[in-house]
Amino acid sequence: MVQKLLILDGGISGGERASRTEKTGIFVSSQKDSQQKEKKATMPFGNTHNQLKMKYTSEQEYPDLSKHNNHMAKILTPAMYERLRDKQTPSGFTLDDIIQTGVDNPGHPFIMTVGCVAGDEESYEVFKELLDPIIQDRHGGYKPTDKHKTDLNPENLKGGDDLDPNYVLSSRVRTGRSVRGFCLPPHCSRGERRAVEKLSIDALSSLQGDLKGKYFALKNMTEEEQQQLIDDHFLFDKPVSPLLLASGMARDWPDARGIWHNDKKTFLVWVNEEDHLRVISMQKGGNMREVFNRFCTGLTKIEALFKQKGHEFMWNQHLGYVLTCPSNLGTGLRGGVHVKLPNLSKHDKFGEILKRLRLQKRGTGGVDTAAVGGVFDISNADRLGFSEVELVQMVVDGVKLLVEMEKRLEKGQSINDLMPAQK
Amino acid sequence: MASVFTRMMSGRGVALMLGSLGAGSFATSYLRGDSASVTAQEKTKLYPPSADFPDLRQHNNCMASALTPAIYSKLRDKCTPSGWTLDQCIQTGVDNPGHPFIKTVGMVAGDEETYEVFADIFDPVIKDRHNGYDPRRMKHPTDLDSSKITSGMFDERYVLSSRVRTGRSIRGLSLPPACSRAERREVERVVVQALSGLKGDLSGKYYSLGDMTDKEQQQLIDDHFLFDKPVSPLLTCAGMARDWPDARGIWHNNEKTFLIWVNEEDHTRVISMEKGGNMKRVFERFCRGLKEVEHLIQERGWEFMWNERLGYILTCPSNLGTGLRAGVHVRLPLLSKDTRFSKILDNLRLQKRGTGGVDTAAVGDVFDISNNDRLGKSEVELVQLLIDGVNYLVECEKKLEKGQDIKVPAPILQFRK
Repeated sequence: MVQKLLILDGGISGGERASRTEKTGIFVSSQKDSQQKEKKATMPFGNTHNQLKMKYTSEQEYPDLSKHNNHMAKILTPAMYERLRDKQTPSGFTLDDIIQTGVDNPGHPFIMTVGCVAGDEESYEVFKELLDPIIQDRHGGYKPTDKHKTDLNPENLKGGDDLDPNYVLSSRVRTGRSVRGFCLPPHCSRGERRAVEKLSIDALSSLQGDLKGKYFALKNMTEEEQQQLIDDHFLFDKPVSPLLLASGMARDWPDARGIWHNDKKTFLVWVNEEDHLRVISMQKGGNMREVFNRFCTGLTKIEALFKQKGHEFMWNQHLGYVLTCPSNLGTGLRGGVHVKLPNLSKHDKFGEILKRLRLQKRGTGGVDTAAVGGVFDISNADRLGFSEVELVQMVVDGVKLLVEMEKRLEKGQSINDLMPAQK
Repeated sequence: MASVFTRMMSGRGVALMLGSLGAGSFATSYLRGDSASVTAQEKTKLYPPSADFPDLRQHNNCMASALTPAIYSKLRDKCTPSGWTLDQCIQTGVDNPGHPFIKTVGMVAGDEETYEVFADIFDPVIKDRHNGYDPRRMKHPTDLDSSKITSGMFDERYVLSSRVRTGRSIRGLSLPPACSRAERREVERVVVQALSGLKGDLSGKYYSLGDMTDKEQQQLIDDHFLFDKPVSPLLTCAGMARDWPDARGIWHNNEKTFLIWVNEEDHTRVISMEKGGNMKRVFERFCRGLKEVEHLIQERGWEFMWNERLGYILTCPSNLGTGLRAGVHVRLPLLSKDTRFSKILDNLRLQKRGTGGVDTAAVGDVFDISNNDRLGKSEVELVQLLIDGVNYLVECEKKLEKGQDIKVPAPILQFRK
């Protein structure tokens, strides 16, 4: 095998391919035989490519974040990059993998995205120097030493069954769960993703009673099934958001993705979308208590079924349930309602009220959509540092107040005496 | 498979405490640090290649046609010296099933060695895409001697503009799907430094995508020079748009007839173009510019990726060999409506595109006509083929104008054996 050898320009080593001493234009036989071209990979699970970057200095590799506005860009420094760049998790996830989505998506002047993802459970340990401050920034000052409380006992919720259905059109609670021992959506191989799907199907098929249901694999569903799922607002699509695409979560779509729901269509599980599992309990009307009850019961049963097969969910005392995006750590819980607030939403204190109640508004299509017909999606803003019961309590109490305010404004009355204190 | 996991998990002695049923919370023994994590090596054993083989049943691309479980099994655990793997090569083809009519390639190279290490899949794909060219047996001719071109001046009542493009990769640096930020910046540095050495009618200026002013940007758009962040999922799934717009830019000469894209789909895309029908001059400038740039990088110890079997090495296998697309914008109002138009193009080894480039529609009977082939014929041969073909098309158009009949030409040989 004939190979031209090169003189190299200052600074960059050509690695194994070139020597520093030969002149250009002279053809010499390569001293390497062709077998040296190959190496044994630890891919698709490892990342031997990271070692290649080590021959460049940290400064040469450091991303240009000058136009960026996301948590990662705020926290990462050249010194930190230098300390973390040669590390990887046991499955081979590296710093550059964590931050790629934040580098590719500079963000928005008003909306602060997270800008990084985990590839596996160990990401949060190996790269804690970067992720702890991001978590602290994103989750209201949650410290690396703080402990997170998990409470999925629906008995602990007070009230929640009396939200006025004339205003509260639907109620929903969702969270995510990751199966310990498998890489997360940004990093998993096809084999791992399929294994997660199989485990999920096995567990869910054992559910009984009002939780009994059926699985629809995305790649196998018929046109009819697809249309029905769309009409039920259950179907999820291949992600289009560059935030998700840049992290590698949409690879191999729609392989091993699917939707499970119970026959009553009130309990729904997404498999291998943005997380291993997204668990959703929902129904029309304002009975959040019932929704939360089913949510807790269902989750607990699913967890037990997984454990029967020797698997558990990723969880620890500090971060609670471990999910792909640092914004969903802790409870991973978003409890919310679709509620009619045409008057209140036009009030100049609307934003402030929501802030004090620790709630956020979205359009009725979910995140990054607009409200339609004065109907808003109102949900808890927090995920970590509060338990599930505490968060749903905030939603229940907060929405009750918002509806009261709406009724006052309808009658032309003031709402000043109803203004809440900061929770 | 579940039993395998059970054995693995319990074998590590992970102690689980079931929390109270109502609470649903539980504590794992906090030795979870090592006991639950599975190393990459272990996973390679846990998941045989058959577990990872992609589902390609809905797919129509060259990769899907060629990849078998046996090939995948042989290649899955290999990687190039830079660590590029088979899964990374094929990801774009897995993610983009393709179109029933248009067969995309469905895989990319991460570096020069990709074509060697993964030859078992790249060779059949190259054969499929390049009319049966066999890299194991055949040699690709490179010929950038523009003096050999004949009849290179078109009738400018029909041919509105002429253009030749190719790509070049810098040996020793990874290609756009695989490169790190430092490597990409190094490509930019090497190329920009070389281009600053160009003189005379080739002397010009570099505009970095990240740094250009609004005014510069508008000018480049008006000149039809500016390239954008890729939106095609064929490209984004291959990882080429990472870190955009870091180390991307456009260089062009002052006369705006010689243009180089840096770090878009390849390390460099080199374009020679001008209004009108003087293809010979366009190609002459193309060859001269390319040779100059090559000389300038060699002075500093760099060279282009090239070998005898595959010619110039580029990211997409479809661009191997010459990487050359020579084309014109030509008005063919009558011929384009003739039912024999497609057959004529086929036999002449030409393809038509809209005036916006690939995957666009023709506007006002003006077509982009260019050579189909890239590998197995030299640059001179392909440009001559294009010239002869376009001349033939223009003749047909003139005949139809006079009400005369036209003939479908005999098909041209695929490539020199």
